[in-house]
Amino acid sequence: MSTLTPDTSTIQAADFKSDIHNDWCPGCGDFGVVSAVQMALAKLQVPPHRVAVISGIGCAGKTAHYMNAYSFHTLHGRVMPSVTAMKLANHDLTVIGVGGDGDAYGIGGGHFVAGGRRNLDITYVVMNNDVYALTKGQASPTIAKGQKTKSMSEASIMDAINPILLALACGYTFVARGYALDTKYLSEIIAQAIQHRGSALVDVLQTCPTYNDLHTKGFYAGQIEGQPRLYRLDQSGYDPVVHNPDDAVEIAQKKAQALLKSQEPGGRIPLGVYYKLDVPTYEDHLKAKIPGLQQKPLAELDLYHRDITANLQELM
Amino acid sequence: MAAHFCWMIGGPQGSGLNVSAEIFAKALSRSGYYVFGQIEYHSNIKGKHSAYKLRISDEPVASHVDAVHLLSSLDEETLIGDLYHEFPAHRGHVHEVAAGGAILYDVEQKRFVGTIQRKDIFLWEMPYAELLDRALTEAGKPGQARAYRIMTNTLALGASAGAVGFDFEPVATAIRDSFGAKAGKVADLNVNAARYAYEYAKERFAGQLRFSLPAAPAKREQIMVKGTQAVGMAKIKAGVGLQTYYPISPATDESVYLEGYQSEQNLLVLQTEDEVSAIDAAVMGAHGGVRASTSTSGPGFSLMPEGLGFAAITEAPGPVVMLYQRGGPSTGLPTRQEQGDLLFALHAGQGDIPRIVMAPGDIEECFYDTFDAFNYADRYQLPVIVLVDKHLASCYQTLPPFKTSHLKIDRGVTKLANTNGDYQRYAFTEDGVSPRSVPGQAGGIFWSTSDEHDPRGHITEGIGNRLAMMEKRMGKVGLAAREIPEGKKYRFFGPAAPQRIPVLAVCWGSTKGAMHDALHRADPHHTRCAALHIRLMNPFPAEAVKNILARAERVVCFDGNYSGQLAQVIRADTGVSIHHCVVKYDGRPFSEDEIMVALEAAKADAPERLVISQGRVVEEGHGNREFEEMLVLRGSNPKMLAPMVPLPPGYNK
Ligand SMILES: Cc1ncc(C[n+]2csc(CCOP(=O)(O)OP(=O)(O)O)c2C)c(N)n1
Repeated sequence: MSTLTPDTSTIQAADFKSDIHNDWCPGCGDFGVVSAVQMALAKLQVPPHRVAVISGIGCAGKTAHYMNAYSFHTLHGRVMPSVTAMKLANHDLTVIGVGGDGDAYGIGGGHFVAGGRRNLDITYVVMNNDVYALTKGQASPTIAKGQKTKSMSEASIMDAINPILLALACGYTFVARGYALDTKYLSEIIAQAIQHRGSALVDVLQTCPTYNDLHTKGFYAGQIEGQPRLYRLDQSGYDPVVHNPDDAVEIAQKKAQALLKSQEPGGRIPLGVYYKLDVPTYEDHLKAKIPGLQQKPLAELDLYHRDITANLQELM
Repeated sequence: MAAHFCWMIGGPQGSGLNVSAEIFAKALSRSGYYVFGQIEYHSNIKGKHSAYKLRISDEPVASHVDAVHLLSSLDEETLIGDLYHEFPAHRGHVHEVAAGGAILYDVEQKRFVGTIQRKDIFLWEMPYAELLDRALTEAGKPGQARAYRIMTNTLALGASAGAVGFDFEPVATAIRDSFGAKAGKVADLNVNAARYAYEYAKERFAGQLRFSLPAAPAKREQIMVKGTQAVGMAKIKAGVGLQTYYPISPATDESVYLEGYQSEQNLLVLQTEDEVSAIDAAVMGAHGGVRASTSTSGPGFSLMPEGLGFAAITEAPGPVVMLYQRGGPSTGLPTRQEQGDLLFALHAGQGDIPRIVMAPGDIEECFYDTFDAFNYADRYQLPVIVLVDKHLASCYQTLPPFKTSHLKIDRGVTKLANTNGDYQRYAFTEDGVSPRSVPGQAGGIFWSTSDEHDPRGHITEGIGNRLAMMEKRMGKVGLAAREIPEGKKYRFFGPAAPQRIPVLAVCWGSTKGAMHDALHRADPHHTRCAALHIRLMNPFPAEAVKNILARAERVVCFDGNYSGQLAQVIRADTGVSIHHCVVKYDGRPFSEDEIMVALEAAKADAPERLVISQGRVVEEGHGNREFEEMLVLRGSNPKMLAPMVPLPPGYNK
C-alpha cells in the first residue's frame, strides 16, 4: 500500500458504499466480501478517491458498482490487465481487483499467471463459488471432479484448479484465503493484502445460495471428526512469512508448506495467510529504470513538452 | 527530369544484407541523394532469402521500382532461387536486372552463374575471401577468411559502391557509425575489407554500366527513417505514457524503438502476456490519466475487438491502436505486405462501436497522423485505430526532419473542479463529450462499466437511456467528421472542380508513394490522370469523395488486397460503383511501375477486376503456371544446398 495522508476526519466503511440498489440474490456470499473490502479500506484510512476498484464480469463483477471509489466494471476475465495498467498509470493509488473464480482462473487464467509474475503492488480478491453464477450455475474451474451442484446437468469429469497452488506457482507474493461469511476475519486478511507490498491474492470461499447446494453455509460451518471444517492458520502456529527474502531455501520451504496446507487431506480448510514474501515490486524496478517515477506517478508527470530533436538527429 | 539508380542486395537472412543496405542508404543520403529502401524478407531468423532494394534518386522518391540496375548477390539463391526446396518459392533476381545492368557475385557462386542465360547483362565476379584475407592479414589474422566470412556483406557493400563509382569516404564513415561508440578494431577491419572490395570493383567495373548513379543533388539536412520510427517519434512527441504490446511482425519494431527511450522520456513500455491484455491495459491506462497506445498486426488485432468495444462503451480517451497489416488470413504471410484489414478495422467488435480509423499514406503522414490520433482519442473519448502496414513499417526513406513546432496537444475536456459528489462521468452534453476525471482526483469519483449505463456509470437497461447513450457515443464520430480538417481526410492530385477528370486513380494507405511517383513520372500536371488518396477511413469523407468521383470519366481503384476493400467502402458510403478495381494480394507492395502498368491496362474495355503481380497484370491461373514452371526449373539447374549462415567467429569458444 502506498503512503497516504488520511483525511482529518476518520474514514468509515460506510464511506465506501455507493448509493445504488444492490441486485445480488438474498443471502449471497458476495455481500460479505464487499463489506469486508469496505471495512479493510476504512481500517487503513484510505480516502475513497485514492482507491480504484476494478472488477470483471459476473455476479462478483458487479462489485465495482457497490463501491464508492473510482470503479471500473470491466470485461469477463480481464481484471488483471486493467489492474496492472491502473497501477502503472498511478502507483500512488490503492488498486483492488475483484472478480469471480470463472473470471480469475478460467477465462482470465493467462492474465492471472502474468499478474503473479509482475508483482505489482495490487490486491486481487476472488469470490470463489465453484460456479458461473451470472450465467446460471455452470461448472467453474474450481469445482472438483465428481461434484455436481444442482445447477449442473452432470458431475464434473475434470480436476479443479487449486487457486492457492496456482498463485504460488505464478509468483504472487501474498497468498491468502478467506471465507465470505466470516466478514470480520476476511476484512483483516484483505487489509493485510492491501498493506502487503506486492501482488496479493485473496481467494474467498463464497456461498452461492441459488446454484451451489454443495458448498453452503451449513457445509462450511460443519465439522470433520469433531473439528470445525474451517480453521485459522494464525491460530494453529503456522508462520507464512519468508523472513529472509534472500534465502532461496527458505522461500522454497515456505512455498512447500503453503502447498501442503492448500491440499490438506481430510477436507479441513485453513483460512488466513498461506504465504508472504517481501521483495521489490514491479514499481520498484520501474522507478529504478524510469527516473520520473521517483518523483510522481506517470499520470501526474508532464509528458507533453517533449523534444524529439535528438531522435531526429540520430537518423541523419 | 528525375534520374534514378536501382541497387539490390540479396542473400540469406542473418548475413547482414539489411545492415549493408542501410549503411549504403545512409552514406548516400548524407551525400545529398534521395533514397527509398524496400526490403522483402521471410518469417525466419537465419537462412531464408531476403532482398533489399535501394532506389537512389536526384529528386524526392517515395516508392520502389521493378527494374534493378546493379544486383549484389551474396549467395546462389539470389541468382537462381530456392531450388533446393521441394516447392521453390522464387527463381532468384536475375530476371529483374535491366538490360545493360550487372550482377556482382562471389567467386564461390561461379557454378550457378554458368546457368544464367542472359547475354544482355554484366556478370562481375568478386574474390571476396581473398580480399577479406588481405584485410585480416593486415589486422594480424592471416588465413582466417573462412572464420570471418560473416563479413562478406561488408565486402559486397564496398564492391557495390566501387562498381557504381560512388565515393568510399561516406561509406567508410557510415560503416564506422554502424558500430557506434565501440567502433575500434572491428570497425577498422570492416572498413578495410570494404575498401579492398571497393578498389577491386572500381578498377575493373566502374563506368561500364548502361545506368549510372545520378549526379548528387546539393546536400541538405535530411533523415533516413522507417515507418516504425516515425510512429515511435510521433508517440513520444504526443506524450504517450504507456505503450503496451505483445511481440508480432511487423509491429514490434515500433515498441522496441520506444523501449529505447523509457528512461530518457519517462515513458513506460509494457510487454503483456497477449494482445487481449495489451489492449485492455491500454484502455485502462487511458482511463488512468495517461496517453496510452498499443501496436499490433492482424493476428494480434484479432484478439482486440473485445477491448475496442470496452474502450468505446466506457468512453475511454483512447487507446491509439496501431494496426500494421500483413498478409492474412490467420498467420498468413507474417512478413509480407497486404492491405487486407480495412474492413476488419472498420467493423471489429460487436455492436456499433464509435471509432476513428486513420490510414496514413507515407512516412510523413505516419508521423503526423499518429500525433493527431492521440488528440482525437482525448477530444472524442474513443478508440482510434491507425492502419499502417508492413510496407510503411519497413520502408526506409530520406525525408526532411519532421516539423514539430506547430504541433499542439489537446487533452480534451477534463474535469478539474470539485463537484461535491454530484459528478456524472457520462453526463449528456451538447456535443456528446462528457468532462472526464482521472482516478485519484478528489470529487471526481465515477463508475464505469462495459454494460450499458446511465450518466453516473451505473448499469441500466432503460429504453430512453439506451437511445440517448447510443446517440451520445455514435454522435461523437459525427462531431469528429465536422471538426477534422478536410486536408487530413484525403488528398486530391488533379484539376480543380468543375473540370472533368479523364481517369481518376483512387488509393489508400501505403499505395500513396507509388501512386505519387508514377503520376509524377507519367503525368505530373494530371492532364489525363488525377489521383485521390483517402486517409481517413472513419468517419469517411463521403461527400467529398462522391463529388470527386462524379467528375471522373473512369475510376480505377487500387487495393492491396483480394476483395477490393476500399472499393467496397466507397460503394457503401457513397453509392458509387468503381469502374476498375486493381487488386494485389501477392504479399508484395505496389511498385511505381505496377501503378503505371495497371493504369495502362485499365482501359474502358478492360475487365472490372485487374490482378497485379510482379510488374504486370496477370490473368487467372497465372499462379499455378508459375508454380509449375518453378518445378521445371528445379529439375534443370545444378543441385544446390540450402543456405547456411555462418556463426560469428569465436562463437563456440
Ligand atoms: C467473453 C465472455 N464470455 C462469456 C460471457 C458470459 N458470462 C458472463 S458472467 C459469466 C460467468 C461468471 O462466473 P464467475 O466469474 O465465476 O462469477 P460469478 O458470476 O460466479 O460471480 C460468463 C461466462 C461474457 N460476459 N464474456
